[in-house]
Order: sequence, then C-alpha cells, then structure tokens
Amino acid sequence: MIRMTDVHKAFGANKVLRGANLTVPTGQSMVVIGGSGTGKSILIKCILGLVQPDSGTIEVDGQDVTRVPRDAFLARFGMLFQGGALFDSLPVWQNVAFRLLRGSLKRPRAEAREIAIEKLRRVGMGPDVADRLPAELSGGMQKRVSLARAICAEPEIIFFDEPTTGLDPIMAGVINDLIREIVTEMGATAITITHDMTSVRAIADQVAMLHGGQIRWTGPIADLDQSGDPYVDQFIHGRPTGPIETLR
Amino acid sequence: MIRLLAAIGAGVLGLLAGLGRLTLFAAETVSHAVRPPFYGREFLNALVQVGYFSLPVVGLTALFTGGALALQIYAGGARFSAEAVVPQIVAIGMVRELGPVLVGLMIAARVTSSIAAEIATMKVTEQLDALVTLSTNPMKYLTLPRVLAGLLVMPVLVGVGDIIGIYGGYLVGTRSLGFNAAAYLQNTADFLEPLDIISSLTKGAVFGVIATLMGCYYGMHSDRGAMGVGRATKGSVVAAAVLILAANFLLTNLFFTA
Repeated sequence: MIRMTDVHKAFGANKVLRGANLTVPTGQSMVVIGGSGTGKSILIKCILGLVQPDSGTIEVDGQDVTRVPRDAFLARFGMLFQGGALFDSLPVWQNVAFRLLRGSLKRPRAEAREIAIEKLRRVGMGPDVADRLPAELSGGMQKRVSLARAICAEPEIIFFDEPTTGLDPIMAGVINDLIREIVTEMGATAITITHDMTSVRAIADQVAMLHGGQIRWTGPIADLDQSGDPYVDQFIHGRPTGPIETLR
Repeated sequence: MIRLLAAIGAGVLGLLAGLGRLTLFAAETVSHAVRPPFYGREFLNALVQVGYFSLPVVGLTALFTGGALALQIYAGGARFSAEAVVPQIVAIGMVRELGPVLVGLMIAARVTSSIAAEIATMKVTEQLDALVTLSTNPMKYLTLPRVLAGLLVMPVLVGVGDIIGIYGGYLVGTRSLGFNAAAYLQNTADFLEPLDIISSLTKGAVFGVIATLMGCYYGMHSDRGAMGVGRATKGSVVAAAVLILAANFLLTNLFFTA
C-alpha cells in the first residue's frame, strides 16, 4: 500500500502540493486526474524520491520512503514517463533490459536480450525492433517500448505518467488496454497520471482528483460520475464554466 | 553607491556559490570512482568518443599550428640572424604550450559541448529521472566514465598533438625553409628535456578533467527547454576554455618557475 500524508511541495513561490493525502491499496489501479500544471507528476516523483517533498510523509507498505535503502526500494518500481524517456544511444532491447544489464538484477546479456524481446512481444512489438534505435520509432512505438521497459523486471508497483499524451485515439486505446491487461495479470499496484477521461475509464479501479495542491475527491471508478463534487463534475465533463478557473 | 556595492557583492556571492557547487560536483564524481558498481562499457564508449574520434581534429590543428610556428620563427629569427633555431623553438613551443593548450581548447569545443548538449537533452527529456528509477546513479553512469576517459585519454591526445605539431614544423622546415631533415630531427630531439614532456602530458590530463567535468556539470544543471540546452552548451564551452587557460598558466608557473 502507498500512503501519502500531508505532502507539501513548493518551487519558489509556486506551491504545487499543499497537503496532499492519498492512499493506494495494494494491487489496485489508481488514476490521478487533474488539470495541466496541478502537480500530478510531482506527486509520483515525490514517491520515487526524484523530487524531495518539503514536508509530509510518504510510506510504501508502512515504510517511510526516505528511510529505506534506495536501490532495493527502486527495484520494486517501474515507470512509464510522459515522453517515453528512452535512452537515445541504446538500441531498443537494451533500453527494455536496462535494469537486467547492470546492478543487483544483472543477468547474462543473452538472457537479458531474450527477456527484452519477450516483453516487447507482450506490448505487441516484434523482435525486428530490438536492434533499432529509439529515434527510428514512432511516438506510439516509443510508448510501447517504454511500457516494456517499465514491466521488464516485473515490478510490484508501476507508475504511468500521461501514457496516452500525443497519441492518436486508436493508439491511445491500445496503450490503455495494454496497461489494464498488464496491471491485472501482474497483480501490480499502479498509479496513472492523466487528464484523458478515456484512459481513466479504461485503466482505473480507483480515481483521485488533484486540484489546488490537494486531493479533492477519491473513490471507485464506478462512483466517478456521481461524485457530487463540482470540481470533479466540471473536469470529467470538460465544462469551461464551474469552480475550476479557466483562462479564456 | 550602496546599490553598486550590493550588485558587486551579489556577483561575488554568486561566483563563490557556483565554485562551491562545482567543487561538490567534482568531489561527488571522485567519490564514485572508489565505490562500485562501475560501468566499464560506458567508460570504453567514452574513451572512444573523447579520444579516438577527436584524433582528426587534434591532428589537423597540431599540423597547421606546427607549420605556422615554423614560418613565424623563421621570419622572426631572420631579423637577428637566428633562423637556425626553428627546430628547437617549434619543439619547445609545441610541447610546452601550444600542443596542450590547443588540444585542450579543441577538446573543449568538440567534446565539452557534445557532453553538455547530450546530458542537458537527457535532463529535459526525463532520461536522467528514468536512470534513477532504474536504480542507476546518473553521476556514476554518465559523469564518472566521461571524466575518467578525459583524464586518461587527453595525455595521449596531447602527445599525439605534440608529435604531429613538430612534424608540421619539420615539413615546413625541410620543404620550404631549406633545413636538412636529419639535422632538424636531431636538433629537436637534443633540445627537448623530460620535464617538457612531463609538463605537456600533465597539462593534458588536467585539461581532460576540466573539459569533461564542465560538460557534465553544465549538462546536469541545465534549465528546461531548447534554450536551457543551448545555455548549458555555451556555458560549458566558455567555462572549460577559461579554466583550461587559467590552469595552463598555473601549471606553467608550477613546472618552469618554481
């Protein structure tokens, strides 16, 4: 279980998180929604230690994330970055098997390559892409490779940061389905950051809405349309008028 | 008046803070050199990128500089009938000063800029964050191999530059200025001392560390966006060039006047 309690984070005068509280039960798929620039990505970067919160506590399975050995802690996670964040200088299979080629999970290169190709197959890509460079792939293919990298070491917890941003609706649907299938078959705990409502409905067990630096509402996906929260209603229906201020 | 003093004070404080950050960055790099894991493949790749691919630019720079130096010394020496010192002055000029400094500056232009742009782009595209989530320390994976490669390969490049520079002077001396080939080489060999070569290679090692460290430092501290990458690249080359020239002065002082 992941638990964030009263987490604050500011960048200069810009207070991004103002006491965020969030609980994600083990094995559940939590989708965090909210407008652009509301700090959704900062939320998961705080959990991973990529960004240090100013105050508050973050626990994974009851352990404070600032007090656990970093390598062992990070080995439990997989992350799909918004832009893919594939390493330009490495071929696709080495990107996917990055964790298996070095560090505590190191395997022989041939075995790591085999696992990488298997994971590529899992995300719908053939072995022919294994030796290509990321720059030779389309945006959708890069997202798939990034997804294969996120699941390669079979993590217990997976974060997806805007997994469908920049993709056409069909490719976005494919990625959504893949995420749902993979999370279910791996039994992983997942947090997905998105403002794409199609993704929310495809991926989520639970939904949380971040607004004003705080989690305004959280509940099962089945309750999303009857949340009773005017902020959630405005967001999920994409209304320009409502409590969420918009610039026109 | 107070405003002027405040501006000067802020500038000095900013400079000291920058020096402090750079020192901590260098210290962290060194600390990774003695703590596993080590990334041998990245180190070999850095050796090839910094060393092997720099050979053409180093060779051409040294060749033309050695040739031009021979022409200048011959023309200048002719004013007081000292044309015969061309082999000796070309050798000492290339080995003690021009070889290390020009190779250092060419590496700052070619390698520092490339490292800074690459790492800065990795930063703005979240590749550095991705490294962390994959349990890989970016300092250990990106900075240490490059700085170690700079330390080890730059003396070799400077040595190659020295030899090619002397050869450039030899070509001009024997083909254009009428020097006897055997006598030219004999004079060159007789005049150079071990300290000249030691100082040259030491300068190379120091300049290699400066060039690669500046590329990594500015890349890691890049701002977001294309402008951030551009600023990091420009800043890294300027800082590396200035530090190389300053270090050259200090090392020359240390070797030849102490």
